[in-house]
Amino acid sequence: MQTAPNPATETKLDMEQLFEVRRVLNPDGTLVGPEPDLTPEQLKEVYRLMVYLRVFDQRCLNLQRQGRMGTFAPFSGQEACQVGSAYLLQKGKDWIFPTYRDHGAMHTLGVPSVNTLRYYMGDEMGSRAPEGVNAFPISIPIATQLVHAVGAAWAAKIKGEDTVTVGYVGDGGTSPGDFHEAMNFAAVYNTATILFVQNNKYAISTPNAKQFKTKTLAQRALAYDIPGVRVDGQDIFAVLTVFKEAIDRARAGGGPTLIEALTFRYGPHTTSDDPKRYRTQEEVEAWQAKDPIERMRKYLVTKGLWTDTDDESLWNWAKDQVNAAVTEAESIGKPSVDELFDYLYAEPTPELLRQKEYLKKYLSKQG
Amino acid sequence: MAKMTLIQAINDALKVAMRRDPSVLVMGEDVGVNGGVFRATDGIHAEFGEARAIDTPLAESGFVGAATGMAVNGLKPVVEIQFDGFLAPAQEHVVNHIARIRHRSRGRFTCPLVLRIPSWGGIKALEHHSESIENWYVNNPGLKIVVPSNPYDAKGLLLAAIDDPDPVMFFEPKRLYRAFRGEVPEDYYTVPIGKAAIAREGKDMTILTYGVHVHTALEAAEKAAAQYNWQAEVVDLRSLNPLDLDTIIASVKKTGRVVIVTEAPKSGGFHSELVALINDHALEYLEAPVARVTGFDVPMPYLLSEDLYLPDAGRVVEAMQSVKTY
Repeated sequence: MQTAPNPATETKLDMEQLFEVRRVLNPDGTLVGPEPDLTPEQLKEVYRLMVYLRVFDQRCLNLQRQGRMGTFAPFSGQEACQVGSAYLLQKGKDWIFPTYRDHGAMHTLGVPSVNTLRYYMGDEMGSRAPEGVNAFPISIPIATQLVHAVGAAWAAKIKGEDTVTVGYVGDGGTSPGDFHEAMNFAAVYNTATILFVQNNKYAISTPNAKQFKTKTLAQRALAYDIPGVRVDGQDIFAVLTVFKEAIDRARAGGGPTLIEALTFRYGPHTTSDDPKRYRTQEEVEAWQAKDPIERMRKYLVTKGLWTDTDDESLWNWAKDQVNAAVTEAESIGKPSVDELFDYLYAEPTPELLRQKEYLKKYLSKQG
Repeated sequence: MAKMTLIQAINDALKVAMRRDPSVLVMGEDVGVNGGVFRATDGIHAEFGEARAIDTPLAESGFVGAATGMAVNGLKPVVEIQFDGFLAPAQEHVVNHIARIRHRSRGRFTCPLVLRIPSWGGIKALEHHSESIENWYVNNPGLKIVVPSNPYDAKGLLLAAIDDPDPVMFFEPKRLYRAFRGEVPEDYYTVPIGKAAIAREGKDMTILTYGVHVHTALEAAEKAAAQYNWQAEVVDLRSLNPLDLDTIIASVKKTGRVVIVTEAPKSGGFHSELVALINDHALEYLEAPVARVTGFDVPMPYLLSEDLYLPDAGRVVEAMQSVKTY
């Protein structure tokens, strides 16, 4: 009896080799490939952003533990992905469609930290990106934002604009249908969309091995006939390099790219989770040894662009900046009753106006 | 003025909108060359090209989600959901994103798209092709819910929906697509969203309804007039959200007796909300408990039992008797 062939095994395609992990900077700060085309000032800016985001993220964890903020999804460990995915986008033109773990990318594109703080303190006003910053509010539903990113790029294409959009997703987010629908739609209509998977190994507690069978996630691009890339997500130069290639291709009409970054979150999924239940301290430490910030610091010092004194000042500056943002966020009061009702439609419906009036009357009676 | 069927009026509205505004496009399954399974988009591919008459892959979550991104980035997609029952895979985009974008971005981003949904039964279609799903959305803040009952309103309400700065779910009674013709102006006009129409004036009782059952109610009203000399007022809601409460309450206060007719399952539907609103705003004017004529709490039946499920004039007349002789 003849059985159907399985090309993956019978042709001996080695997906890990086919989708080789792109790397530019070794963990010790030495180069194994060409650096991205950035000026010394830009290199320092990239480093400054990563340091700032680490400090900000750690501060958010503390604020949550002190009861000054709601549930928060930290991204420490993923700074190279966060900064590298957004740094080369054109502000005011390109779009990002982030998840709840992508506040670093949003900040890199221009969303102020006060917005993120206000959001997690419970104020939806934090999701209002400044004019000229096309950072969509975070998507808490999984993978939905990828098809939004495809649609936004599709709209730009119809309008004759060479806008690029980036849809963010995690490893768990490659399981829902929307991940596949996004790739298929982007491929069929050749939209300028980058689908960016930050594979940080665990979807809350579920490891890669229970999420998908394939050796890589990048290889899924094969099935949709689009370019797929795997990259060392702890290597800021490699992330910038693969994004440069994908952005250039998309802007020139070359269509979508699937990028899988191998990365790791040092902290919990969110502040409600205890990662000790599903991963070992050894695994965390092994990833910390490949830290993206430390890796770039070593590079900058070796290049003579950075000193220990510069580094100390930068970390202190970051703490001061974050403190100032926290002070500002905490000085903003509770959202008004009007805000609860007035943003749902361009014009509130008569029923909404009746409900608002009722609530205001009730509150005024309470004093 | 031209005489058009309801489906022709929808087709005409789409073309008028697309000629006026280059950001308007149609998308969905088979809406391009084929002109849609009901021919709502007939001729649009030929006139406007494939960039604005988009045949999408067969994935509702994908194309409703993509339309969301398009609307956020400045286009006005008019998305055809092939049949009511097929909207379910796109539910996540409708309820978690489309309905909330303006609100959760505090006005920074908006999602002004139109979902056209051929709805309800009476055409002896397959399973999942005859559903009453409007109730899923009247309980979901952030959407506008519009239902035409005749060709004139279909064109004017669809043009208003396309102009609207917020997302509009446009439920089309597919049983009326080719049921009759009506006068429809050839040019651009709108019928305002949120205003009910008095389809028949009367003093003895109010029938509140929308879509295909405006015609069921009119038929029942004529029967009751002939048989009992009762004059029923038929209110065509046209829009479930925003709701024209003023028109409803004025009619209820005038007649003191109310029958509500919808095709949705009986429990937990918008018809029950109407009873509650009448209770809030006009209880002391009622001469009898409000009566409901609805579908039943069963899945929409297939061909042979469809007639058992759908409200008809006979059931409406019986409800009119119950409120009149209470």
